[in-house]
Amino acid sequence: MDRLLFGDNQFFGVNHMSEEKARAQAMRFQEIEAVIEVLDAAYDEGITTFMCTTHDRIAQVAEHVRANPDRYPDFVFSPGMPYAHKYADAVTEAGMLGALKRFMPEEGLVNALVRGGKSVATKDVEGIITLLVDAEMAMFRGLRTPVIWLQNVVVDLLLGLGFVEAFNIFDRHVRERYGAEPGFITMNLPMLLDTLEAAGIHNPIVCSNINKIGFRMSGGIESYTRALEERPVRAVAMSVFASGAIPPREAIEWVAAQPGVESIVFGASSRANIRSTRQLVDELMPPLTAR
Amino acid sequence: MIRVAVVGLGKMGLSHLAMIRAHPNVEVVAVVDATGYVLDVLGKYTGLRTFPDLDAALSAVEVDAVIIATPTRFHAPMVRSAIARGVHVFCEKPLTLSAAESVELASLAEQAGLVTQVGYHNRFVGAFREVKRLLDVGAIGRVTHMQAEAYGPVVLKSKGSTWRSKRTEGGGCLYDYAAHPLDLLSWYAGAPRAVGGTVLGSVFSEDTEDEVFGTLFYDSGMHAQISVSWSDESFRKMTTRITAIGTMGRIEADRQEVRVYLRDQAPALPGYERGWNVKYTTELTEPVWFYLRGEEYSAQLDHFVRRVSGEETEGLNGFASAAVTDRVLELLTIDAERGPTTTDAAAAPPPPVRRGRRGRRA
Repeated sequence: MDRLLFGDNQFFGVNHMSEEKARAQAMRFQEIEAVIEVLDAAYDEGITTFMCTTHDRIAQVAEHVRANPDRYPDFVFSPGMPYAHKYADAVTEAGMLGALKRFMPEEGLVNALVRGGKSVATKDVEGIITLLVDAEMAMFRGLRTPVIWLQNVVVDLLLGLGFVEAFNIFDRHVRERYGAEPGFITMNLPMLLDTLEAAGIHNPIVCSNINKIGFRMSGGIESYTRALEERPVRAVAMSVFASGAIPPREAIEWVAAQPGVESIVFGASSRANIRSTRQLVDELMPPLTAR
Repeated sequence: MIRVAVVGLGKMGLSHLAMIRAHPNVEVVAVVDATGYVLDVLGKYTGLRTFPDLDAALSAVEVDAVIIATPTRFHAPMVRSAIARGVHVFCEKPLTLSAAESVELASLAEQAGLVTQVGYHNRFVGAFREVKRLLDVGAIGRVTHMQAEAYGPVVLKSKGSTWRSKRTEGGGCLYDYAAHPLDLLSWYAGAPRAVGGTVLGSVFSEDTEDEVFGTLFYDSGMHAQISVSWSDESFRKMTTRITAIGTMGRIEADRQEVRVYLRDQAPALPGYERGWNVKYTTELTEPVWFYLRGEEYSAQLDHFVRRVSGEETEGLNGFASAAVTDRVLELLTIDAERGPTTTDAAAAPPPPVRRGRRGRRA
């Protein structure tokens, strides 16, 4: 993985600190051209991996990159799924099964499930998970997606429930169908690493809040540091600046010193901010030598 | 170890189940749901013991506490079952569809010495807790008015039918959405003595309201306004806001931050200065053992567990406090049915009030 990955929160009015800032960002990026412009700036700064959700608007970005192969010879998508809000709102509106029906490419499977009532076979659950993944991946057809992420709301839900087999299903499907590596986004890194290890998923790619002030690091900084040290892991650090609560240099210096952290994912809206982050990472987190 | 049963595997139930199962001091001994498929998948893949109804579960396994996350109309009978067996209860909001019944359940639980809690998670949001703290120390002097708002994109077209779209089952914007900001008002200002000007308006839904507006009057002379819509696509997800206007300043809060304006006359307050102050969620939020969808959801369950295990005696969101909010929900429903009370008498005598199904005037 690259040292720096470019995230997409800023494009969708996601700001963990302020709804006011979130709105300002949402306004700025209402036109897809504004999004592309910032992605171009990141790309030209050498940040060629776009870690994104499967929001409908990302489909437009994918289309643009597909249509301009000469402009983006090294562009890599690193999609995270599912885009949770659309499912959550659908569940509120249509109930659990109604939502599932709405998003399944083949309604027959869900109908069979409901008719079957009490007996849900393993292949059904596997079928649902893989079909949902395929539906979300459709927008990236023909593009490079070497790492495919499962979003934290789903990872942490499955983790809390103890539904470990779902991780294995995702892992197998992503490898077999897409020749990609699975990634797991989580807000509970120590617990997830224990669980993945027990599930036989070794040296996993994970993404989690990793920052100097322990913001949204469930279990505390020490347990994160211990887990990163003890478990074989390829970690992507997010919320490195804790939504601006930590000065950039201090934030990156701290993350660079953590074992197991291979990459940082960050969002920015201006070329100047992208460049200053890249320069700091170049300086403080030199490229990986073989581990 | 606290032995817990979780009842109802909808959106809230599943998320409660995931969080509580990850709690280091909890063992989930039963999950209960009336429908087969989700229960069946969980039984098969998670090793949890599953039951088709609560009584079967309570008869089969020893349970210390139950988490109820069924549609609202099932709350009361299940809470009764649990109390009868001496089981502590965490129940999703609103507690019941009748304030009288909520009061009765609160008193039954108290007589039985049981811990009760209702899922008004906003009281565990760092920013809203800070508002409570500021109001309690009189940071902005005498509060003359409050505004409580919530907006989100739940119902955006005339379609869809679940219990949440049926008023009789506790669905609708009033019980599902407005209950949250109204409960914050109950927390900050207590029970109102009257309500007026209530509008329960339909935007898209046929069987219930999509927006709630109204005024609440308090004994202290303070008043508050509620403004809620779950049919507002301009909000990416549910957004709750509180504003308090006082003689010595103003407080504005949402989940992310608290903004406080203090006049020169305001009492000195550590960490705050004259003029505008902003405190962000990063400094107001306590860490949790497990994060799924917001610290407040984890924190409220942890609070319940600590109270059941006797580590904490001060209770937040007990049944009695939820009953106050249930009463407000009732008052607003009654007031909306009445329609406007002051009409343009100078132009013509007041027309007879037309009572719409949902209190809307045609």
